[in-house]
Amino acid sequence: MSLSFLLLAVAALCALSFYFGRQRAVALSGGRHSNLHSLPVHYGAYTAAWCGLPALALLLIWYMFQGSVIEALIVSDLPQEILDDSGRLSLALNSISLIAAGNGQHLTVEPEIVDAGRRLANIQTIANAALVVVMLSGAVLGLSLSYRKITADMRARNNIERIARYVMIACSAIAILSTVGIVFSLLFEALHFFTKINPLEFLFGLEWSPQTAIRADQVASEGAFGAIPLFVGTLLITLIAMCVAVPIGLFSAIYMGEYASPKFRAIAKPALEILAGVPTVVYGFFAALTVAPFLRDNGAILGLDVSSESALAAGLVMGIMIIPFVSSLSDDVMSQVPKSLRDGSYGLGATKSETIRNVIFPAALPGIVGAVLLAVSRAIGETMIVVMAAGLAANMTANPLQAVTTVTVQIVTLLVGDQEFDSAKTLSAFALGLVLFLVTLGLNVFALKVVQKYREKYD
Amino acid sequence: MTDMASLMEDRAAAKVISDNLRKPVDWDSPKIARNIKKRYAAERRFKIYGLVAIGIALLALCMLATSIGSKGYSAFYQTYVQLEVHFDPAVIDPDGTGDPAVIGRANFDGLIKQSLRDRFPDVTSRSDKRDLYGIVSGGASYDLRERVLENPSLIGQTRTIWLISGDDFDMLNKGYIDPTVAEGDRRLNDQEVSWYNDLVEAGAVEKQFHTRFFTSGDSREPELAGIWGAAVGSFYTLLVTLALSFPIGVLAAVYLEEFAPKNRFTQIVEVNINNLAAVPSIVFGLLGLEVYLNVMHLPRSAPVVGGLTLALMTLPTIIIASRAAIKAVPPSIRQAALGLGASPVQTVTHHVLPLAMPGILTGTIIGMAQALGETAPLLMIGMVAFIVDIPGGALDPATVLPVQIYLWADSPERAFVEKTSAAIMVLLAFLVLMNGLAVYLRKKFERKW
Repeated sequence: MSLSFLLLAVAALCALSFYFGRQRAVALSGGRHSNLHSLPVHYGAYTAAWCGLPALALLLIWYMFQGSVIEALIVSDLPQEILDDSGRLSLALNSISLIAAGNGQHLTVEPEIVDAGRRLANIQTIANAALVVVMLSGAVLGLSLSYRKITADMRARNNIERIARYVMIACSAIAILSTVGIVFSLLFEALHFFTKINPLEFLFGLEWSPQTAIRADQVASEGAFGAIPLFVGTLLITLIAMCVAVPIGLFSAIYMGEYASPKFRAIAKPALEILAGVPTVVYGFFAALTVAPFLRDNGAILGLDVSSESALAAGLVMGIMIIPFVSSLSDDVMSQVPKSLRDGSYGLGATKSETIRNVIFPAALPGIVGAVLLAVSRAIGETMIVVMAAGLAANMTANPLQAVTTVTVQIVTLLVGDQEFDSAKTLSAFALGLVLFLVTLGLNVFALKVVQKYREKYD
Repeated sequence: MTDMASLMEDRAAAKVISDNLRKPVDWDSPKIARNIKKRYAAERRFKIYGLVAIGIALLALCMLATSIGSKGYSAFYQTYVQLEVHFDPAVIDPDGTGDPAVIGRANFDGLIKQSLRDRFPDVTSRSDKRDLYGIVSGGASYDLRERVLENPSLIGQTRTIWLISGDDFDMLNKGYIDPTVAEGDRRLNDQEVSWYNDLVEAGAVEKQFHTRFFTSGDSREPELAGIWGAAVGSFYTLLVTLALSFPIGVLAAVYLEEFAPKNRFTQIVEVNINNLAAVPSIVFGLLGLEVYLNVMHLPRSAPVVGGLTLALMTLPTIIIASRAAIKAVPPSIRQAALGLGASPVQTVTHHVLPLAMPGILTGTIIGMAQALGETAPLLMIGMVAFIVDIPGGALDPATVLPVQIYLWADSPERAFVEKTSAAIMVLLAFLVLMNGLAVYLRKKFERKW
């Protein structure tokens, strides 16, 4: 039975129990609703909640543990010599799951593994059937228990409202859970990585070539995991992006806020926001197929050697993407400068631009700095533009015409395709992710604090 | 600071004049007039900077649009070649059984090759023949099979039919391959170009609307590749995202706005929501890879995993928008409901939520639009696989529109450039539609209290 069908079945059971609960309440009331503590709907909702929630909770717990339990069952029956070799083990598990899915005819493997594949298929069938039984019996059990509890003076409304409150708290807690999930999943794999590679070498090493060799005698068979070239590349592209986004964003915010007629504003402002709504993969395509060839051809005319995956192309396009971000944030900040400051300046005979430059801008500076920091954090974490337009070569250079690579590009290249979760190559992506997460988080917390402090000053 | 300086200079000049001559400042003196002129020029310059900045931003937008439009519009048309095909019964159904299974297995590719050889009888060498077969796409034989299965009376007849052409000839017909450049620098050799010219002169080359682009899944052959598979994958992914993030987001927003006591837990939740909104999307991909695939062993490349990952990403957007919408409902409504004896939960479900719903829906649609355009986290959870079949459910391997764009952008064939641009146009059309719906909802239900 497929998952969606199971969910539909539980939903149907919930609807049924709502009807039963309500019917029972109506029957108990003897035709007069005032005999009941709560409205009949509350009794219905009460039974429905007790039918649906246990079933959903069981489903969630089941899915959390099903995978690892089944794997443990299969692994425990494999012969010892496969267990000892982690490479062989992951290969064996792969073929087992292929056989279980019925796609293993072409594989030539040991009979133990074929057996294990058959067993896995069996276990999966059993597990699916068990899930159906467990979920439906949970639903039915909840239904019957809550149905029995219904009496005329049961406080159904208070009960259902308490349940609703717990459900709401659980929903809010998901925000915390996902942060915890991010931190733990990154930390777990990153620590795993740091047992293989010294963290100091990772953070301060000057060479990045994660391609661990297949044969031991190949050059760089260990791979080099010095992330400094990636950090330099990320910073270079971010710097170029900021050189584009900050002046253009700031000036357009000033013009929109101070000079533009309402008519102009009504057209230009949404047009600018469109830039923020364009998916990043589209910018990546634009950077790789329009901007980069344009820069390369024009660079050739000027006698410059522009790489076809230059940092400049990725940075320019990323800057364009961030313009609306900078402009809307700084617009917010500048419009919060009290009118009295502005009026005072005008009263002294300053022109509009003098007021903006000498009064509003200094007053709004902390907020603008916060906005720029938020933009920097966004540029650092941006992935698709750099994946498509920046290169893979980990060059340590400050020359924007050369190809550089960034943290996000490396995460994508390391994790797309086949992964072995015990090689330093795959795990290094998680260490990079951890650095990325910590840096953007730090920038955001700091920037939000700056902006908030600035708000308090003028409130 | 130069303007402040010139303002100061202005005043200093005025002071000198008034001190020296002991009479009121002559604001009409040429010196002051010069200074004012200078300041006004600075003012004009400043204004122009602002206009230029907006101009650059809008120019970039226009360039983006024209670059994609001009590259992609041609993908909606496909070159077809007219050939005389003899539906040879000896090939299709030698025993005359009329059994669809037999017809389905027949070598229709051979029929097309035969008719190409008949059309250009002077081609003899093996490699030339291979080039010749490139005129017609490898997918044309499927079309032929469909045609025969639909209408078995064709067997034994000879018909002139339009067949979908190979991608290189398509590119030539659309003008992307320039036949005047040196032979070694283009994908088609002189002989192939001459065949093409021969066919054009005979009126046997035509561009038709490319419905296959909208109805088929991915393919290695550009002329056969379509976006329907990716669109369906996007649909299932968004469905899962919506089913999770909408109820969870709204319930969390209601709790935080209406019920939450001011305590440590609430504070932590709020800080977390703000931070999650700024976490790079690729980090959510890493989370999805680790938790959903490695720990929970959910199927790789499945829309359900993509949806789960994107749901976590869109949750902050929905919560923040819903909170703003709930906050905008005036307290008098709540007080009236409470005063009439409604419980707090009833107040919220009967009055606050319905009134806040347009705002919540607007925020949700915008969050969904973001999720539709998201690529990076889906790369992490394996939605980059090459998948030809149209996914039949949320557990089948699938890809999504932006990832399809990424995959095609990486393909070396020239014909995929126009496919990529066309897919971008389709994606942007969906985004415009969704955002337009959000704006419409906001305009229609906007309420000033």
